[in-house]
Amino acid sequence: MSTSDTPDATSAKATSAKSTSAKATTSRPTSLPPAGRTPVAQRPHAGLGDRLRLWWDALARPTQWAIGVPFILLIAALPVIRPPLLTTVGTDFGSVMAQFGMVALIAIGLNVVVGQAGLLDLGYVGFYAIGAYTVALLTSPDSPWNLTDDWLSNDWAWLACLPVAIAVTAISGLILGSPTLRLRGDYLAIVTLGFGEIVRLLADNLDSVTGGGRGLSQVAYPRVGVSEEHPNGVFSAGNASGTLNAGVWWFWVSIVLIVIALLVVGNLERSRVGRAWVAIREDEDAAEIMGVPTFRFKLWAFVIGAAIGGISGALYAGQVQFVVPTNFNVINSMLFLCAVVLGGQGNKLGVIVGAFVVVYLPNFFLGRTEIFGIPIDGNEIANYKYLFFGLALVLLMIFRPQGLFPARQKLLTYGRELYVAARAAARKVSGAGDGSGRADAVPAVDVATEGDAR
Amino acid sequence: MRANDPEDVVAGSAHEDAHLAADTATPETLPYDPGGDVEEAVAVDVAEVRPELADPTTVDAIVAPSRDVHVAEGEPLLSMRDVTMQFGGLTALDHVTFDIRRGEILGLIGPNGAGKTTAFNAMTGVYRPTSGTVLFDGEVIGKAARNEITRRGIARTFQNIRLFGEMTALENVVVGTDARHRTSVPGAVFRTRRHRAEERDAIDRGMALLEFVGIGARATERARNLPYGDQRRLEIARALATEPKLLCLDEPAAGFNPAEKESLMGLIRHIRDDGYTVLLIEHDMRLVRGVTDRIVVLEFGRKIADGTPEEVTSDPAVVAAYLGVPDDAAVPDLPEIGGPTTGAAPTTGGTR
Amino acid sequence: MSLLLHGGQLYADGVIDFDLGRLADNFWALTVDGLTYGAIYALVAVGYTLVYGVLRLINFAHSEIFMLGMFGQYAMLMLLGFYPSGNAFDKGVLLTVVYLCLAMIGGMVVSGGAAVGLERLAYAPLRKRGAPSLVFLITAIGASFILQEFVHFVLPKLTGGELGGVNAQQPIRLVVPTTQFTIFGADVTNVDLVIIVAALALAFVTDRFINATKFGRGIRAVAQDPVTATLMGVSRERIIMLTFLIGGVLAGAAAMLYTLRVPSGIIFSGGFILGIKAFSAAVLGGIGNLRGALLGGLLLGVMELYGQAVFGTEWRDVVAFVLLILVLMFRPTGILGESLGRARA
Repeated sequence: MSTSDTPDATSAKATSAKSTSAKATTSRPTSLPPAGRTPVAQRPHAGLGDRLRLWWDALARPTQWAIGVPFILLIAALPVIRPPLLTTVGTDFGSVMAQFGMVALIAIGLNVVVGQAGLLDLGYVGFYAIGAYTVALLTSPDSPWNLTDDWLSNDWAWLACLPVAIAVTAISGLILGSPTLRLRGDYLAIVTLGFGEIVRLLADNLDSVTGGGRGLSQVAYPRVGVSEEHPNGVFSAGNASGTLNAGVWWFWVSIVLIVIALLVVGNLERSRVGRAWVAIREDEDAAEIMGVPTFRFKLWAFVIGAAIGGISGALYAGQVQFVVPTNFNVINSMLFLCAVVLGGQGNKLGVIVGAFVVVYLPNFFLGRTEIFGIPIDGNEIANYKYLFFGLALVLLMIFRPQGLFPARQKLLTYGRELYVAARAAARKVSGAGDGSGRADAVPAVDVATEGDAR
Repeated sequence: MRANDPEDVVAGSAHEDAHLAADTATPETLPYDPGGDVEEAVAVDVAEVRPELADPTTVDAIVAPSRDVHVAEGEPLLSMRDVTMQFGGLTALDHVTFDIRRGEILGLIGPNGAGKTTAFNAMTGVYRPTSGTVLFDGEVIGKAARNEITRRGIARTFQNIRLFGEMTALENVVVGTDARHRTSVPGAVFRTRRHRAEERDAIDRGMALLEFVGIGARATERARNLPYGDQRRLEIARALATEPKLLCLDEPAAGFNPAEKESLMGLIRHIRDDGYTVLLIEHDMRLVRGVTDRIVVLEFGRKIADGTPEEVTSDPAVVAAYLGVPDDAAVPDLPEIGGPTTGAAPTTGGTR
Repeated sequence: MSLLLHGGQLYADGVIDFDLGRLADNFWALTVDGLTYGAIYALVAVGYTLVYGVLRLINFAHSEIFMLGMFGQYAMLMLLGFYPSGNAFDKGVLLTVVYLCLAMIGGMVVSGGAAVGLERLAYAPLRKRGAPSLVFLITAIGASFILQEFVHFVLPKLTGGELGGVNAQQPIRLVVPTTQFTIFGADVTNVDLVIIVAALALAFVTDRFINATKFGRGIRAVAQDPVTATLMGVSRERIIMLTFLIGGVLAGAAAMLYTLRVPSGIIFSGGFILGIKAFSAAVLGGIGNLRGALLGGLLLGVMELYGQAVFGTEWRDVVAFVLLILVLMFRPTGILGESLGRARA
């Protein structure tokens, strides 16, 4: 059904005109014996995520924008509004959200590698580190390669280094990927793990360049919004108090970068590239035999994932203005992986939620002494975060390996009308049964099917 | 907005494939199902989405693209020249020589362990022959990567179904069409003109192919949820999507009942008539006899016969090889996506 | 590991300083030292290799099994009445050997039990469902987290702060390293001897067990062809449990030997690096191949120390990782070859 691209009013007219044709087609013996599984719409307990997806997919593009943009703005406003229950006690909510932004970006990048292409990368923190160190090495006065006192102005040094960081991480992804991506899955995991450790050890050992364990300080950040109140601009770590502190500003920067990353990754997903990735994930040999140049696309996944991780690293370096090797322990890789697995491998929006859970939950408990009147030792709970994440990973793998929001990737650029038609057909089935399985909203296509049913 | 002519739609209903009615095989799910309660679509009305596909001639025109069909028919397309395959001490193929000619359906038969799958793998570049050469379209199938071989024009289906289970039927086929596409990451990120053109072509060809093999209505269902018979058809559609010169079918009728086999034979003939060359590996003598133009018989890695179905079935050596082995003793594999490519059929179950 | 705390030093002349002279001067001393580490890696590597051979699964959590073994033997020593002390206990040779054996048994029991528990609780449900290897790997990572954090936070609560926690355990010393004899100018201490002799004995017993007993035959059968083995009446589940048990027990023994070498290494995070190295050793020798694991372990231990001598202490782990990557790139089946399976797709 092709109503999706037209305004609702015309489409209603068009569909009513079409109802005869639709009626005619129902006589078509399309009814194959039903597949082994009942459609979700018919199941008594379709998950919230599925309902949300059904509802969202059925919306017309403009409507999606009309809902999506305010929603993003609302999220961006969260650290300013600081809703009472949501805001954190022990740490500044703005910095928590900034951290969430960075981990979300990482989760999107890691999701390309793990979720879409099915390559388990346990050394992803290495790319994050390379991104951070690239910026730090080019802008910190402690570094021998500091450019800020030569020709690079400190005001825009961070921004200038961002593309450099992206390029350097992408190249490092290429360097790591080209020899190792011929390895089978579990070997790849161990090799990447080794890579992550090597990057950290290099940062630790190459004292004369990276400052070793002392790290690199005074990393550049965008000097924007300089005023008497903020002598170093709003992005400075000095802007730590108040509602509009540096954390909030960095969160906004990361939102912009996340949206861009989502658009890029989304475009890739709905193309030959995304299909190749999923095919490789599902059955690499069969993909190869079906003409997919598997190695090349695995390498692309690695490079793109690495580049996105590098962006996040650059954000981190700018926000904290100080990088030390201990920030890039391999355990962070596991945390990132946890975000991806929790959110649902392959679901690029789900992994953002996963990142939120991973970053926010420990901070939520930090410093809290009671919740809903029940006394708790929040710090203690926050301490246990790795224990809980470990448990979450094991339990998820046993009971819900697809994560909280299982992916149903769309792999076709122009498949929308098909999906909509399929959904309409599904709706038709559920309408005949009980109404409970239906999504809350009644989109345009639904009108048409309702008309058919009567 | 697409015009939606009711008459077209009604015309389409007549085209509905008869063989679909025979689709009674129990639906098989994959061995590993993460159990996601992700939305499942029910049958889509293809004619409503792609009205032009309601017309069989249009479908045929899209399925058989503008390429060298019906050219040089009868000339050898693939030649096995004195091919020997050894694994350790085991000789799986012993100086095998035969041709596959353009525009024919060649049956490759033989008892279990005769070397059919090995021959198949040697032809598709999975194995490199120990000695001898495989010529395809005048060139040696050598060290090229497997995806390269697909692009040179050999497509195959798998004995144990190997679809991309999480993808929809249409997406599976589109992966096949991608073998002819050239968009890579930059093209996809910036949505270049070529990318958009290829994407449109992918959906058109994909839907047409699904319609062609008779499962157009299942386009948006995940492959793992398709009934067994539809999964086999989907594999054929996916292989055709790579625009092969030679289509290799590895026991496509395994697990089919007689009615399904009948409709499958119709489909295979239809594919040949559209200008494809077909290699059919099959246990079921009756199917092979009914559909092929020529048959090559292997036994213990050697070719023991080569000729028309009549010649071959009256050949004493073939009769001896098959003596006491009824047609359907060959036991079908249970479908298993992601299972091993090769290997002997597990000797469990049966259709009758 | 010590590298975490290592400050490093500035090199005036170059980024990485290297000196082949240090290797030449101390060649035999490094070799002896490397063999002791290598023997420990080898024992842990057997756990990876056996599980891989039977299940085609990299038991990523095996490093934590090893870590638990260190605590197991430590707890055993405490139960025997020892306590952390700056000085070594002098119990005489015979009694010391008995105590060491008991400590080793403590480590073996804890590690073996943990390995089987891990298998039953985390892996068995996945196997029943036929999950892909990625799922196993993620589960193993989760289990790793749990075990580490258990020792980090929960164990001190359960033991009144005696065991576990953020810091390493205060060492309990039973043996003072004293030079017994020298070969080619390299001192060989009693600790070196204990480690090498014990590891060789355990390796020999394991090899015999796998190659000459009914249980070992079962393991090999399942490794080669699970379906046929099952048809022949071998209980696959039982064999899998046995495999984890052997791997765990050897890791526990290795843990005890390791604490002889590195008395201050008993910490919740102490298994991770050693685990990766043991895995590298298994790959180096040819994963799935028992004797390969032993050879790979010894080789890795020695190479690592040579590398350390050439480049400096802080590069020791880097040498091990680079070696792993090189082996996987150029000979993914290892030196002796995988007994089964293949490393490339």
